[in-house]
Amino acid sequence: MYGFEALTFNIHGGYLEAIVRGHRASLLTAADYNNLCQCETLDDIKMHLSATEYGPYLQNEPSPLHTTTIVEKCTLKLVDEYKQMLCQATEPLSTFLEYITYGHMIDNVVLIVTGTLHERDVQELLEKCHPLGMFDSIATLAVAQNMRELYRLVLVDTPLAPYFSECITSEDLDDMNIEIMRNTLYKAYLEDFYRFCQKLGGATAEIMSDLLAFEADRRAVNITINSIGTELTRDDRKKLYSNFGLLYPYGHEELAVSEDIDQVRGVMEKYPPYQSIFSKLSYGESQMLDKAFYEEEVKRLCLAFEQQFHYGVFFAYMRLREQEIRNLMWISECVAQNQKSRVHDSVVFIF
Amino acid sequence: MEEFMEKLPAMDLMRSERMSFVQFIIPVESAHRAVSYLGELGLVQFRDLNAEKSPFQRTFVSQVKRCGEMLRKLRFFRDQVGKAGVKSPENPVVQPDVLLEQLEIQLAEHERELIEMNSNSEHLRQSYNELLEFKMVLQEAGSFLFSGKNHPVAEERELDETAYSNDYVETASLLEKEMRPGTSEQSGLNYITGIICQTKVLIFERMLFRATRGNMLFNQAPANEGIMDPVTSEMVEKVVFMVYFSGEQARKKIKKICEAFGVNCYPVPDDITKQRQMTREVVSRLSELEATLDVGISHRNSALSSISLHLPKWTDLVRREKAVYDTLNMLNFDVTKKCLVGEGWCPTFAKAKIQEVLQRATYDSNSQVGIIFHTMDAVDSPPTFFRTNKFTNAYQEIVDAYGVGRYQEANPAVYTVVTFPFLFAVMFGDWGHGICLLLGALVLIARESKLGNKKLGSFMEMLFGGRYILLLMSLFSIYCGLIYNEFFSVPFHIFGRSAYKCRDTTCSDAYSVGLIKYRDPYPFGVDPSWRGSRSELPFLNSLKMKMSILLGVAQMNLGIILSYFNARYFESSLDIRYQFVPQIIFLNSLFGYLSLLIIIKWCTGSQADLYHVMIYMFLSPTDNLGENQLFWGQRPLQILLLLLALIAVPWMLFPKPFILKRLHIERFQGRTYGVLGISEMDVEAEPDSARAQQHHEDFNFSEVFVHQMIHSIEFVLGAVSNTASYLRLWALSLAHSELSTVFYEKVLLLAWGYDNVIIRLVGLAVFAFATAFILLMMETLSAFLHALRLHWVEFQNKFYHGDGYKFKPFSFALLNDDDE
Repeated sequence: MYGFEALTFNIHGGYLEAIVRGHRASLLTAADYNNLCQCETLDDIKMHLSATEYGPYLQNEPSPLHTTTIVEKCTLKLVDEYKQMLCQATEPLSTFLEYITYGHMIDNVVLIVTGTLHERDVQELLEKCHPLGMFDSIATLAVAQNMRELYRLVLVDTPLAPYFSECITSEDLDDMNIEIMRNTLYKAYLEDFYRFCQKLGGATAEIMSDLLAFEADRRAVNITINSIGTELTRDDRKKLYSNFGLLYPYGHEELAVSEDIDQVRGVMEKYPPYQSIFSKLSYGESQMLDKAFYEEEVKRLCLAFEQQFHYGVFFAYMRLREQEIRNLMWISECVAQNQKSRVHDSVVFIF
Repeated sequence: MEEFMEKLPAMDLMRSERMSFVQFIIPVESAHRAVSYLGELGLVQFRDLNAEKSPFQRTFVSQVKRCGEMLRKLRFFRDQVGKAGVKSPENPVVQPDVLLEQLEIQLAEHERELIEMNSNSEHLRQSYNELLEFKMVLQEAGSFLFSGKNHPVAEERELDETAYSNDYVETASLLEKEMRPGTSEQSGLNYITGIICQTKVLIFERMLFRATRGNMLFNQAPANEGIMDPVTSEMVEKVVFMVYFSGEQARKKIKKICEAFGVNCYPVPDDITKQRQMTREVVSRLSELEATLDVGISHRNSALSSISLHLPKWTDLVRREKAVYDTLNMLNFDVTKKCLVGEGWCPTFAKAKIQEVLQRATYDSNSQVGIIFHTMDAVDSPPTFFRTNKFTNAYQEIVDAYGVGRYQEANPAVYTVVTFPFLFAVMFGDWGHGICLLLGALVLIARESKLGNKKLGSFMEMLFGGRYILLLMSLFSIYCGLIYNEFFSVPFHIFGRSAYKCRDTTCSDAYSVGLIKYRDPYPFGVDPSWRGSRSELPFLNSLKMKMSILLGVAQMNLGIILSYFNARYFESSLDIRYQFVPQIIFLNSLFGYLSLLIIIKWCTGSQADLYHVMIYMFLSPTDNLGENQLFWGQRPLQILLLLLALIAVPWMLFPKPFILKRLHIERFQGRTYGVLGISEMDVEAEPDSARAQQHHEDFNFSEVFVHQMIHSIEFVLGAVSNTASYLRLWALSLAHSELSTVFYEKVLLLAWGYDNVIIRLVGLAVFAFATAFILLMMETLSAFLHALRLHWVEFQNKFYHGDGYKFKPFSFALLNDDDE
């Protein structure tokens, strides 16, 4: 019943919404980023972060810091917050929160499978996995030889299992296969998440469908750009696009046949929301596209907080925090490698 | 009058301390010492002159970082000491001061040493664990194997003995996780044994089942002792397992799965003699390792205990140093870069002490140039600082919880010391309950020195902090209880004999008809014979209700009078004339008059109906009072008072804003431009100095008028509603006495009526619980909250602004353990 959430939302979701809005208040601001960008060493960054919510997580780190430590600790904070929220959540919010992590699960699966393919140590790979996307038997992924085994051995226990139905083949795993698997899984995941949000209805459906449509469109553009010049056929490419979003279905038709970045641009400029993104880029440029998309995404995520009584805030908060950690990673890397002139290249201010 | 007021001795708590805004110009060489001496003194609040600089752009950032690093090490030590369970000595030995630099080196050494020891012992622990696991596997697997003797595949255990023929100890393979290719290829059935965390067992088994498509046999048995995780040093429950399978392909898969699960596999020979021999070896090596491990641990513990000896002192030192550098970071360099310039607030009385301390610092650091210390004028309002002791502190806290007083305004805490416990007691009057509270308060006070050093739970902390409030509350409760004659609602004839007796011997009509008086009144408090009689409730209600109004009017009058003292102190005759005077007239012409009537009624024993008098005073003031007349000339007086009250309302509403407007116009005489900034004076001011900040006030008449209107309306309505609010004293007191009557009569006496020990005991228990939890805890809390409200709202809104800020001196004594 759209518009009547205010009556009942707070019975189960009020506490957590308050919590997540409180967490949002602790996101770093533009002033913080300006200060961070002026840092000379990683110790300076630690010092600055110690005045923020990250303080308790960093204070016991011994002095020669590494970028990975900073990122790890910041992620740990996010994970702690997530786990705390998940513990408090009731249905359907808990399912919603779990949906947020599936993307990381897919990434982790792909990471491990690719890693084993290139004969990396499993423990080393496990350390690189995003902690939000961990599941019990993730290490066993290394055992699998092909998709079918992957599914039968490991993934059947995970929430990813239904997404796998499209990509079960007995082919051996190779880089191309894995990348297609990732995108197929992602497509199925986004569609499922989309359906789930529609089922929830109300403001959640409205806001989440907007955010997920943006995500789907961005993936479509990225798939197109990345597959230019590979052996992926047009039909295969089209199969990887999610079946919703602003571009669906006509934009997909056109994207599927695009052969270079300027054609993609031509397709995208027909859609007003994306026009502004592409108008910022000069012709033939795709490096800055990521940043432009991130900026647009952050803007949309921030807008999700403008409305009350919906679950979109949880999704938005997790995404914003992840963006913040990406920013911190970039700043730390720039500081650590003395590339301070490039520090503004990839930082997306959240506020 | 004025002279008399001036001659009164200074009372520290009446108004907050006088503060001075001071500037320090400190030569660089003596800066550190000067600041640390000031920290020991703890009477200066520094202003941050570098507020716009981020923390790492400040002057002493490297020292702060070093201190932070040292604090981290100290935390690490404390962590380790806590983990190792080394007891830190009660009173650490006094030792010569160490310099920060030496300490830094020492700490680094200790840390390296500790980390090395830790990694060594972790290593040892690892191998020890492996051996232990191996031992368990051997024991358990042996039982699997031999219980499986009559297993249909028993003959498959045709093993290639040669695989084990080379002594495994020589190859040191027992420390490797590698599974030996032990079992024979031709036999077709192999097994792998290992050990796995209990939590993972289910998933592991399922995974094995899937990977081998069910072609395996999984045996498991819980290990008989837990294994300590070397990293987290927690005990982990493990399970020994044994998998039978066939085929080389399956072996590879299983090995991979084992690896993925972090399972430790150990080879087990299935020859019983081999197994025994192996067990013996493992056990002997285990005992060796155990000895080494114990030596290592004792070594480490001795190192830790020597560290823990110094730990508090070191921590204290580093904390102080960090605080000193943090403070130094608030100072500015002057133009020549040779001096640090600081600004701050200090109590005026402390200036001499500060001067002396600064001289000592100059002398001690052999500085050629002295420290310049002088007072400046400031635009900002100074902080509020009270010198409290452990008794008054709690009461000051009650007031501060509402709002920290404006600088030098009248401090309600002085009156709160008495009025708060008293109003509490009016609601909680019962000398039996009062004695219980008193005992509790006395226990807390007697163990003050002990409890003061301990970390208490939040609830205990609250109780302990309010122990002196509790003390006074209980004393007043005993007093009020004696007046009400309440002792767990049991009547007591303490002060002589009752003035009343029953009409007949059975006393059956005491409740319906009443008692008769036969002698002089009971000398103190309520007559005990009234309990349960007809006159009890009407009398107590009338008494408590009227008493509440008297107390309320008195307290509100005190509040208004304090607003007079505030206005006089801040020399605002406007507030006296157009706020204080009409307010006091308004309140007293209505409720002051009511109080007067109550007192006259009590003194004369008149039967007049006060409700009637008060209501018809408004409805028809000119009517004859008839039988309700209490004294001669009451009617003209009422008319006069009513007129006064009616005049007082516009009096407090209109003049003040118009006079303010006139003053404003006079000041600027119609000029359209304002006063120039006093820029000449500010030339040498520090950029962030308090002097540099300018307040530009715009006079907005409508805003001032609306403000005044709100205030007047609030006061006029408040006079009625606040007086009514004081009736809560009566209501709560009634509720308390009725509740205790219920528990006493309907539980204890009822149970006592039965001639059965069990029923009596149950009744007693219920009574005790109800008394302790409902009457002593809940009622105390509720009476406390109501007293709090009466102070915050009814009393303090008459005069208290509470928009100041607290004086937070830079003091070593106040450095708390906030980073723990």
